[in-house]
Amino acid sequence: MTDLVTIRNAVISDFAAVIELDLVGDPAEKPDYWRSIFDRYVTAGRKGRIFLVAEQAGKVIGFIVGEVRAWEFGSAPCGWVFALSVSPHTRELGVGQLMLTEMCRRLKKAGVATVRTMVDRENKLTLSFFRSQGLRTGRYVELEKPLDEI
Amino acid sequence: MKIHKASLFALYAVLELASDPERQLSATEIADKYGISTHHLAKILRTLVRSRMVQAVRGAGGGYRFTGIVNRTTLLDVIELFETLESDLDAPGPRTQAGEAIIEELQSITREIDDLTRAVLDTITLETALNSARQRAGTASQE
Repeated sequence: MTDLVTIRNAVISDFAAVIELDLVGDPAEKPDYWRSIFDRYVTAGRKGRIFLVAEQAGKVIGFIVGEVRAWEFGSAPCGWVFALSVSPHTRELGVGQLMLTEMCRRLKKAGVATVRTMVDRENKLTLSFFRSQGLRTGRYVELEKPLDEI
Repeated sequence: MKIHKASLFALYAVLELASDPERQLSATEIADKYGISTHHLAKILRTLVRSRMVQAVRGAGGGYRFTGIVNRTTLLDVIELFETLESDLDAPGPRTQAGEAIIEELQSITREIDDLTRAVLDTITLETALNSARQRAGTASQE
């Protein structure tokens, strides 16, 4: 099935398909959010910023966005994947794996040796996917607090 | 974190059986492979059979085989058949009100640790664990 799937760079005309595939964002905020992502990761075409889509029979069925981030809190440059989605109709067919593999290949080519991501602990589907691809809890711990305490 | 022996032995058995769902293995065969008590493992297998994760096959050549869904069943699904994975702070009573805030803070910290532990174990499917183990075995044999 995945032989029929192509992974390619996202282009401006993928905008509507990506919004439709984004099942987690706030529907009201999604257009503005994705416009800014497309501006920075598609139009700007900067090195180290990678926005890929999976296409099958001319239809976009998944996307993944990542970039090289350097020296956040003293960490050496690494790859960050911060968005990933596969159409519910084409899940468990290896589309996510194809996209992540291509993302990792490009990140490695960009000179980093580690890929990181951050997922809500209740999001079992995505967490299980990343686990199945070999990602494990890393050396950096995410911390947070509500700002209403200030 | 320390999981109970029963959970650990159950993970041995389930992962061993799930690595080839067509294969039947006796309790002795599994116990011998992991160097654990057959008697103890037999009791654990009875719980796994009741949960329908494993099926007991009777008769000559019988044994146990995995009947769950290898890419849906998580390590936590197996462990929770035997324990709740909640840290026990073991704070002796009776408490005074003066110490309550400290005890509550420590309980909140143990809950944070428990939540993380559960989040890890609940997102590792048997398939993922088996794939990682196969990769590990492959790497070890190349060294």
